[in-house]
Amino acid sequence: MDRRKSLKTLAVGTLSAGVLLDACKPKDGAETAAKADAKAAPGGFTLDRQPQEIKQYEEVTSYTYFTPAEMAIITVLADIIVPKDEVSGSATDAKVPEFIEFIVKDQPSHKTPMRGGLRWLELETYKRYQKSFTDITPEQRIAIVDDIAYPKKVKPGLEQGVAFFTLMRNLTVTGFYTSEIGVKDLGYVGNTPNQWKGVPDDVLKQYNLAYSEKELNETVKFD
Amino acid sequence: MPDFQVKKNAEKFDAVIVGSGAGGGMAAYILSKEGLKVCLIEAGPMYDPAKNVTQLKNPWESPRRGASTAFRPFGDFDASYWGWQIDGEPYTTAKGTQWDWWRARMLGGRTNHWGRISLRFGPKDFKRRSIDGLGEDWPISYDDIKPYYDRIDKLIGVFGSVEGIDNEPDGIFLPPPKPRLHELMIKNSATKMGVPVIPSRLSILTKKINDDRGQCFYCSQCNRGCTVHADFSSSSVLVLPAMKTGNLTVINNAMAREVLTDSNGLATGVSYVDKNDLSEYQVFGRSVILAASACESSRLLLNSKSSRYPNGLANSSNVVGKYLHDSTGAAMGGYLPQLFGRKRYNEDGVGGMHVYSPWWGDNKKLDFPRGYHIEYWGGMGQPAYGFGMGIEGQNGSYPVNGKKKEAGGYGASLKEDVRFFYGAGVGMAGRGEAIALESNYCEIDPNVVDKYGIPVLRFNVKYTDYEIKQAKHMKETFKEIMHGMGAVITWGDDGPDNNYGLESPGKIIHEAGTARMGSNPKTSVLNGYNQAHDCKNLFVVDGAAFTSQADKNITWTILALSMRASEYLVDQMKKKNIA
Repeated sequence: MDRRKSLKTLAVGTLSAGVLLDACKPKDGAETAAKADAKAAPGGFTLDRQPQEIKQYEEVTSYTYFTPAEMAIITVLADIIVPKDEVSGSATDAKVPEFIEFIVKDQPSHKTPMRGGLRWLELETYKRYQKSFTDITPEQRIAIVDDIAYPKKVKPGLEQGVAFFTLMRNLTVTGFYTSEIGVKDLGYVGNTPNQWKGVPDDVLKQYNLAYSEKELNETVKFD
Repeated sequence: MPDFQVKKNAEKFDAVIVGSGAGGGMAAYILSKEGLKVCLIEAGPMYDPAKNVTQLKNPWESPRRGASTAFRPFGDFDASYWGWQIDGEPYTTAKGTQWDWWRARMLGGRTNHWGRISLRFGPKDFKRRSIDGLGEDWPISYDDIKPYYDRIDKLIGVFGSVEGIDNEPDGIFLPPPKPRLHELMIKNSATKMGVPVIPSRLSILTKKINDDRGQCFYCSQCNRGCTVHADFSSSSVLVLPAMKTGNLTVINNAMAREVLTDSNGLATGVSYVDKNDLSEYQVFGRSVILAASACESSRLLLNSKSSRYPNGLANSSNVVGKYLHDSTGAAMGGYLPQLFGRKRYNEDGVGGMHVYSPWWGDNKKLDFPRGYHIEYWGGMGQPAYGFGMGIEGQNGSYPVNGKKKEAGGYGASLKEDVRFFYGAGVGMAGRGEAIALESNYCEIDPNVVDKYGIPVLRFNVKYTDYEIKQAKHMKETFKEIMHGMGAVITWGDDGPDNNYGLESPGKIIHEAGTARMGSNPKTSVLNGYNQAHDCKNLFVVDGAAFTSQADKNITWTILALSMRASEYLVDQMKKKNIA
């Protein structure tokens, strides 16, 4: 990344231009640095990667793991776990099913629990309604989900369903809250150049805390 | 396949350095600035934090949302390349023992990974045997190394506060950042029980120190590599400036095989495999400096066998590979219920903790001989893969916005829970001193080679009661600090069944001691200037040289010792003691 580009990257934020320029000024030393042998990463993947990592990424993304039927169930479940509410959109709005397709290939230990869990769900649905999970009514889906969503009150015989739903909830929640929609929902406001001036006064007051004289004297001051 | 041949580099360097981390980077910096012609061999790719940028990326810019891979065990955004296992480069462990070996393969080595914790060893840390009868005294004292610590503070930059605590020498500090909210709570709790909490000492530039490097802009992502070089990594602060002198040649993707010696027993250069073309090369120099990491450097010495050095180079003492020891580590975590539903603001801060606890105890009154320091974490960090997992362990245990819920769940109620618990996490970890023992060692596995045909290391390391009792003390302390601030402990409340959560050796990535310095050539490999007793133009300037470890992270001391050794080498060359 050249200096101008990195300045642009840094400028995506709220900081004053003066601070930014100051932070970025001394980069000429780096410009003469040795040529990095990392190649540009493949489409959409904006991190610079080493050739072996690119190869692994290409292998993982060269095939589709879940069948269309499995993906249809994943999509329905993901939106049951993270639906649209007054704060933010749904799991599918945040492309969580696509994330799950990727992560089970990147971390293959998820593959069997997911595939087997989906099949468990299909058989349980068939037992109850003689249909596929995607073909039953929303109320019928919730009836099944209610039976496997609460680990501490699971009925005997449904434990495997709970294990699957817990994995599905983990992947959905983590996929959603690491998406752009999810991070905004959470209210994480960092990852941007700034000046750390300490805990805001109203928050200190809320917790009945204060900085000591020593802390105020010795810590960084900003102009 | 072409005929096997070895290509010899025609240029004779003043020094050939193996490894570009803290020790090798500093040697390259000092020697090239002194006008010596230096060749630096690095087993991984080139790297400049300003160009290989993961800093300020959002979690969704990684397809795995920052999850770890074999290439980046500390997460997809981490600057450090490779780690616990490297394809084609195995290591083994003796039966009944465990060792985890971290190997960074890139310019700057593991300074791309470390937490920038930059602590000086104290006067007592060099003389532990005289104090408790265990291990060995260093051949040097704090006074010998203090001037170098001072120069490194100024050259590289470190923030901290002047405290005047016994055996925790103050440095020449930049101002530290203010504590975060959870750090104020930790400080109140720990201070009440007599555990000091002071500003951390990290090599991050809270003020500009020169025109070559920028100032920290508080993104908390030092581990991703800093585009403005506002933290220390060997590549940005040492190797790249050294290359600008025109005196430094870096050969990257080069895996050192052995140190070459002549009939007089002097080191003449290094042979290596080029990882790109898999050809064999030799490069020659008036001196050889090993800085490949404690265990890689001792592996090189043990593999450098000749009729003159039948059990490996610089190993007449039979001490190479022995006295291997890592920092001890144990941790605990949980939640601060008073932070549930907290107000959002940017509390990223610098990359790492703003406060820490130096060792406060008196080991004469305790049942373990050496101390530890405590590192802290918590707060509203950037979410990454793993965030929100295990919510069923939380949302049934604490009322959410006043409502008691059943553990698990889904839907809008689950989203409410995730928001409610965000930013309330808190935790701490001890990093302690283990005793360097002769019986803890690495050696060459007689049966196994890596894919380049280089014999690999076999580890044989076990913790003793000293380390286990120290971990027990850590856990008791952590529990008291946690309870003192009203935190709920969710993990790490360990007992004797798992040695109080003591991490297996190697896990803390502070290994040292495998070519220790000492005044007696029969019981040590190096003299007080990191120079081999057996081979005067051979130096080892990484953690291998450490006689003992202290409860302080070792990087700052590696840097100081390497600076001192490098200037000694220049002096010895001027005096014609090294030809």
